[in-house]
Formats: sequence, C-alpha cells, structure tokens
Amino acid sequence: MSYTMWILLTASLVGINCGLVGTFLVLRKMSMLSDAISHSVLLGIVGAYMISHHLQGVSMLVGALIVGLLTTFLVQWLHQKGVQNDAAIGVVFTCLFAIGVVLISLFADRVHLDVEHALMGEIAFVPWDVLEVGGKSIGPKAIWLLGFVLAINIFCIVFAYKELKISSFDHEMAVTLGIPVVLIHYVLMGMLSLTTVASFDSVGAILVVAMLIVPSATAYLWTDRLSVMLICSAFIGVLASMIGYTIATVFNVSISGAIAVSTGVIFFISLWIAPKYGLLRKWLKKSPA
Amino acid sequence: MKMNPLVVEQMTVAYDRQLVLEDVSFFIPKGKLVGVIGPNGAGKSTLMKAMLNFIPRMHGHVFVYGQPYEKQRHLVGYVPQRNSVDWDFPTNALDVVLMGRYGHIGLWKRPKKEDVDMAMQCLDKVGMLPYAKRQISQLSGGQQQRVFLARALAQDASIYFMDEPFVGVDAATEKAIVQLLNELKTRGKTVLVVHHDLQTVRDYFDYVLLLNKRVIAFGETESVFTYDHIQKTYGGKVTFLSSTHIVG
Repeated sequence: MSYTMWILLTASLVGINCGLVGTFLVLRKMSMLSDAISHSVLLGIVGAYMISHHLQGVSMLVGALIVGLLTTFLVQWLHQKGVQNDAAIGVVFTCLFAIGVVLISLFADRVHLDVEHALMGEIAFVPWDVLEVGGKSIGPKAIWLLGFVLAINIFCIVFAYKELKISSFDHEMAVTLGIPVVLIHYVLMGMLSLTTVASFDSVGAILVVAMLIVPSATAYLWTDRLSVMLICSAFIGVLASMIGYTIATVFNVSISGAIAVSTGVIFFISLWIAPKYGLLRKWLKKSPA
Repeated sequence: MKMNPLVVEQMTVAYDRQLVLEDVSFFIPKGKLVGVIGPNGAGKSTLMKAMLNFIPRMHGHVFVYGQPYEKQRHLVGYVPQRNSVDWDFPTNALDVVLMGRYGHIGLWKRPKKEDVDMAMQCLDKVGMLPYAKRQISQLSGGQQQRVFLARALAQDASIYFMDEPFVGVDAATEKAIVQLLNELKTRGKTVLVVHHDLQTVRDYFDYVLLLNKRVIAFGETESVFTYDHIQKTYGGKVTFLSSTHIVG
C-alpha cells in the first residue's frame, strides 16, 4: 500500500473510533471529560515507558487505561466531596498532565516523546513505523493499534448497546432497573482512554478532542436514531480525514490540523443545512409559507 | 404490617446537614392510589428519590413486600418528572417504552418480539400508538408524559412512584392518566403520586400523605384531607379551596 493510503487508513480509523465513543460523550454531556482524559493519558504513556522502557502498543494501552480510569475516579470523588464538577475536571487533568510533562522532560534524552508531539501528533510519520513479524513488515504499528481498539469499541457497544442507551438517556430509570450504571460509566471511560491513546500518535491530545466531539455533535444534527447517529458520526470522521488530507497535501500544511479544521467546517455546514435541526429549516418553519 | 406493599420507617434525609425530611413513617395497603401532597420544598420529590436510593438516607428503612427495597428493586416502577431527561435524545416513543422492558429482558440481552409487542400495547393504552415512531422531542408535553406512563406500564411493576405526572399536561392527557391510575388499581397495583392540585385530590386518590418535611397527616382521603390538616401542611396559606374539595 502507498504512503497516502496508509495515512488515509490511519486517519479514518481514528475518525471511526472517535466517532463511536464521542457519540456517547455528547449524549451524556461529558464532552469536557474527553478533554481531561486526552491530556491525562500522557502520564499513562510516560508511566508505561518508565516501567517497560519502551513505547510499545500494549504497555501504552495499559498505562493509558489506568490513568484514564484514575482521572474518572478522581473527578467523581472530588465531585462527591463537594467540588463543582467542572472545577474537579480542571484540577484533576491539569495535575496529571503536568506530572506527565515533568516526567517527559526528565527522560527527554532517552525517549522519542516530546510535549509538542503529544499535543499535536504527527500522522505523517505513521507509515514508517512499521510492525515486523518474522522480519516481514505487516503495516504500520498505528494501524494495528487503532484496529485493535476499534474491535474493543465495537464489541463493547454491540454487547452493552441497550445499557449504554438507557444510562445515557435516563440515568435514574436505569438505576431502578438494576442496570450497573457505574460499571457502564467506567467501561465508557476505558473505551475513551484506549481510543485517545491509540489516536495520540496520529493526531495528538488536543486534536483528538476535535475528532471525538465535532463529528458526533454534527451527527446529532442529522438523525433521530442512536444507531444511525453512531454510524453517521463515524462516517463524518472518515469524511473529514479524506478532506483534511487533501487540503494538507494541496496547501502543504499540518495533516492533523487540516483534518480537525475539516470536522469544524462540516459541522458549520450541517448546522445550516441539516434537514430536521438545521438553522435554515428552523427559519423556513417560522416564516409564513 | 411489613407485608404491606410499601412500608417506610423513620426516614430522615438531609442535604448539607439541613434536614429535608424528618422521621417520615407510613405504610400503604395493596391496591391503593396515594397522593403525596405538600407545598414547594416540602420534600415530596426527595421522599421518592430517597425511597429509591438516589439520595442517601440518614436514617430509616424502606420495605417493599416485607423485604428491604434493595432486594425488591424489580417490583418498583418509577415515573420521574418529565423535565428530568433530555428529550432531544435520538430515540423514538416506542424505544423509550421498550426501556421499561429492560429489567425483564435481562442484562446484555436484546429485546425480543414479545417485548416490542408489549411496548406497542402499552403505547396503545395511553393513546400514543400513532406516534410510536416519532422522535420524542417532536411530541407535546402531554404526549411525552404519556410515553413515560406507557414505559411504566411496560415495566409491569407492583408499586409505582410517579413524580408530578399531571404537571403541564393537556386535558386529554390528564384524563388518560386518571384512567390509567384506576386501571393499575384494579389490577392490584399500588401507586404513589406526587401531586399539587388540591382541587382534584378527593377525586383521584384513596389515601393522602400530607407532607411538609414531616408527615402532617396520613390516611384515607375521606378522613385525613381536612381543612385543618391542609392549613397545617401549607402553613395557613391556603384560602381558595371551596368546601366541596375537602372534607369537613
């Protein structure tokens, strides 16, 4: 496969993963928690490096998962102790991220990881970092990592679809029905942590938030059904990847930046023209026929 | 006495050390419609939420058919206030009613055709069958309330807690709700309804629980819903009730 194809495939996998997980974040009004986790997983990655002394897929996933869930737990705990929810999020993720930054600077000479890379990602390098089995290349590592996380995400959503749905729509009702809402919450946060860390290399900590939230918020404008919203959101992620990559090659600009900008453009266009909830439709409805 | 559908013993609830409910005790016999009446801030919704463990109780116990509520969750259905959920959620009326079946379907399993059929029947009972496929934000307030009631029906519980089901609904919906309450009663269900329209209390409910942080009075409507008790509950602020609406 060509260089371009690998990049498009990577970006599309990021788009699909983020679109699926992001849909539930948007519906549960937890968009900002994705901002928190996308930053604090940096600590998980550094922590994983300190223990395993390499930056390989599995240890990174485990590190991110632990810190992601820790973030969720600490936010919940502070909130229960009477701290405002948004303040709790702000305190927890900045602290964990800062610890990550300090640790990175400590190991800066020994590890290929810097803060800029962590924040912005560099999808252009993805195709060269290949996984080899028995001396033969079987494609970029990022693809395998993203594919693996996608399998987990799809499994969780299919397996717990109705539980995710009811706990997102009516939390109290879910509790009275004996749905394990706390477990569901942590599973979702686990999915978010894995998705973030797998997307990290390609789009970085800040742009992954764009990929999580914007396509989902856009899909919300287009559909009335949760299942359609999930597919639509993943599709918009892929579409933005294609458009963004094209823009990046034509104008020779940052690929991940161009992809994130594309999600924003698709959102604003949808905000106007979406058939049911678009602004144009609302205006037409108001003005007398 | 503990074999009554619902027994609440000495329940006390506090927010930030401020007592919201104090020493609330009552029991409800089978097949009764019970109105929970009291002014704003009397702790009516809190009572329901504390019984359902959404908010912690400082003291007290809740027994459902002789067992602690925690063991009998499946017997209790809850109809929250309409504004407690986001009606922009991407789902339709049928899907919401189907959620009432989730407890019966079991964790991680898919709804079967019987469940969908039952959800349709429940929608039909509240006159909402024509709207089954409609997105829920496209329904009127009364229609949304009826969807919630259909969901409660689908749950097929023994006891129902309903938080202000009559608020902001049209006359047709009010009639539909009353009809439904009576049907539940004839099927031997016990229903607790937070209500604030004093004029309709005598028509709708067999029992009343007059609440203002404490239980002011509890018992059969005929004997308890008196002028004195109402004045005591509302701190002497009720003047508009004509004698036809109350007892004595």
